[in-house]
Amino acid sequence: MTEAGSVSGGAEDRERDLLRRLKSGEELAFERLVRDQGGRLLAVARRFLRDEEEARDAVQEGFLSAWRALDRFDQGSRLSTWLHRIVVNACLMRLRTRRRRPEEPIEDFLPRFEADGHQVLHPTPEWEGSAETLLARSETRAIVREAIDRLPESYRAVLLLRDIEELSTEEAAQSLGVTENAVKIRLHRARQALRGLLEPHFRGMPSC
Amino acid sequence: MPERPYITCRELIEFLHLYLDGELPPDRLVEFERHLSVCDSCVHYLSTYRKTISLGQAACRDLDVPVGAEVPEELVTAVLAARRRSS
Repeated sequence: MTEAGSVSGGAEDRERDLLRRLKSGEELAFERLVRDQGGRLLAVARRFLRDEEEARDAVQEGFLSAWRALDRFDQGSRLSTWLHRIVVNACLMRLRTRRRRPEEPIEDFLPRFEADGHQVLHPTPEWEGSAETLLARSETRAIVREAIDRLPESYRAVLLLRDIEELSTEEAAQSLGVTENAVKIRLHRARQALRGLLEPHFRGMPSC
Repeated sequence: MPERPYITCRELIEFLHLYLDGELPPDRLVEFERHLSVCDSCVHYLSTYRKTISLGQAACRDLDVPVGAEVPEELVTAVLAARRRSS
């Protein structure tokens, strides 16, 4: 067995042991789980909810839901993946039920067209450099995160689920309670709007 | 049979996601590629759309933390207390 294989095997053994202890109701095992996974899950919840208190509440709900559902945990999947999914769902529930915050309409960020179907801005300027070059600038990540935060909630949620959490279209549709087609259209609009928000920061001179 | 006219920028951009996902029917794909061969604006739009996806992923993944990362002590305490209450 390779070294990597034995490390992986060790991790699997540890997870199986932790799961056994969790199912027998051992409090210390639950605390181990919270300490191992809590930081990572809190980062995910912050990304969705953009509010520290709500993010912590969602993580807490997630751990409690997991605790109650331990008997239904499918041993074929990873505990960390399962918890991640539960916390994402807790975040989505909160997004669905919380009072709407004032948002800018997504149409403001979408491309505009002339009556003949050509783009209003003609030609569309190329951005300065590749994504890697842009990311090498210290301010780029903050600009992108702020732009994502400006997206209307339902579009931001789809973008996070599909492009960041890498759920499939089918999984995202199930999580959001919408059709797969709605996920595809919303994701496309979210990316278009994000593109529109980033353009003023990254555009260079028109190349023709 | 007369050739179908070029699709417009609006049509190309509206269905760009299907083009990128390889979900366009063959006749539409030909029209997309023909449009892209003559429209710099849409070539740039496609390029910046792709960059947008990469930038979004990179900027958010930066915030990822690994398993075992430090978790606020108050959160640990709150979760453990909530579990005890629910038992």
